[in-house]
Amino acid sequence: MSSGSNAAFRRLFNEIGTVDQVGIEERVAKYTTRSIKKAAKVQGLKLAVTMVDLTTLEGKDTPGKVASLCQKALAPHDGLDCPQVAAVCVYPAMVRHARRALGEDTAVRIASVATAFPSGQAPLRTRLAEVKAAVADGADEIDMVINRGAFLAGEFQEMQDEIAAVVQACGDATLKVILEVSELETYDKIRAASFLAMRVIRPGDFIKTSTGKTSLNATLGNNQVMIEAIRDFYLETGTPIAMKPAGGIRTAKQALQFLIAVKETLGDEWLNNTRYRFGASSLLNDLLRQLEKEKTGAYQAPYYFSEAAESY
Amino acid sequence: MRLPITKTPKPYVGGAFIRSESGRTFPLKDAAGNFFAHIPQCTRKDLRNAVEAAAKAGPGWAKRTAYNRGQILYRLGEMVEARRTELIDTLVRFGATKSAAAKEVDACSDRLVYYAGWTDKYEQVLGNVNPVASSHFNFTVTEPMGVIGVIAPDAPALLGLVSLIAPVIASGNTVVAEVSETNPYPAILLGEMLATSDLPGGVVNLLTGFRKELVPTFATHTHLRGISAAVGEADRKTLRLGAAESVKRVHFAGEATDWFSAKAQDLYAIRDFVEFKTTWHPVGA
Repeated sequence: MSSGSNAAFRRLFNEIGTVDQVGIEERVAKYTTRSIKKAAKVQGLKLAVTMVDLTTLEGKDTPGKVASLCQKALAPHDGLDCPQVAAVCVYPAMVRHARRALGEDTAVRIASVATAFPSGQAPLRTRLAEVKAAVADGADEIDMVINRGAFLAGEFQEMQDEIAAVVQACGDATLKVILEVSELETYDKIRAASFLAMRVIRPGDFIKTSTGKTSLNATLGNNQVMIEAIRDFYLETGTPIAMKPAGGIRTAKQALQFLIAVKETLGDEWLNNTRYRFGASSLLNDLLRQLEKEKTGAYQAPYYFSEAAESY
Repeated sequence: MRLPITKTPKPYVGGAFIRSESGRTFPLKDAAGNFFAHIPQCTRKDLRNAVEAAAKAGPGWAKRTAYNRGQILYRLGEMVEARRTELIDTLVRFGATKSAAAKEVDACSDRLVYYAGWTDKYEQVLGNVNPVASSHFNFTVTEPMGVIGVIAPDAPALLGLVSLIAPVIASGNTVVAEVSETNPYPAILLGEMLATSDLPGGVVNLLTGFRKELVPTFATHTHLRGISAAVGEADRKTLRLGAAESVKRVHFAGEATDWFSAKAQDLYAIRDFVEFKTTWHPVGA
């Protein structure tokens, strides 16, 4: 790393503070010891269902696969008193197919990854055009990736200008800013990137952990760093920013642990799907399995639940 | 004076030696009434985790060639043979006579070798080419069912368990087994042999604990496709009711089963846990 970027980071950390890595890991280890049973568990599971961004981001996606994903989003499981998910998350080319499958009059939102997902390595005008096209096709939410190269080089202004340009291009659509935590290397830098993004996005926009396309995705640790950044930013400015961990959350148990982290760090105001989401696909079926288990008392086989997609 | 190093007995689940997720154990005494060790008291959640492990191992195990499954079962027999003295001493410590213990351990390795031999032969006997009155080539083949629950008899602790597990895995099923409640330690040792026998982790999962806690979950868990159990009448009823609800196959070993006799090893024990698939293949004009 050049001395220029070091100085830039040092100046930023003087403003926002750094992260106590050992403290964070001790803290999140405690979340996995909470015991949530019976009625509280059912409530937590249903809440988690309403927070799912049901995702398919694969090269082999087809309009038919997206249509079945949308059906799953609208009616997750037969015979289970279960809410709909928050959104479906697809590639820009699939947005119009998702819109056709969901209809105009639906509570399930359409999120689309844009800005040359997952690398973001395309000219800015190409990325902005992609965002506008997705919104025009009917996307309610845009998931963008930050310019990690610029960020790590200490070119914070460039990174923030690009996010601001995407905010403009989004219009009314909600923006989710993907930090891609696995490429940021340290908790300190995750906190730095969170703050830089939060300063240019609107209230109600999201920061998101990762694309799901790299080896390391959402963990309780980097989720904690980001929600603490959201808390500190909220206490400082009064602006509520939403959070979306994505990738690697596959089991209902994990989802409940993330919700515990939210409850104990940000409080009840963040326990709804306008402030917190899960980017996941296989998670939904595990939530349904556990809900069915709570209802019938019998452990369920996974093949009793329709497959939506298996990307992450 | 050197301090004794005692072993913590841990059952073999998902290719690893586990403690119960509950953290509970129960004290085990040997035949002389002396304290032996604390044995993990596995719960329904351990059973659930074991079923997940077995389901994960299932496709890989079923895809092994029949010949390879036979080699691995034979290797398991070799492992039992190699630790023959230790097994005999253990059985003696828990109440068997020296000669009865030797007989049981030898019967175990023989039984494993018996089913090892069947792995690439049962298909020829159970499958068939069926005569049909149309221009079809019609044939029946067997397929493994999936995850099978095994509840082993209390005695003989080692031979009973091996006799129930071996035919089930011979055809490519995977197993979650509850071992003898009164004499669990031989099964702990068997787990150590499973771990060194080339058997992929998760194909056989052994749980120690109490019948009354685990049988209801064996009965209702919908991911188990079959149950092979040596249990009393009350448990049979629980298992039948639960199995009816979740549509699974149940096979009970008779109360009077002589586990040492040649009748306790049988091709039909393999047939009990396979599905038959019949295919109509058009031929000619």
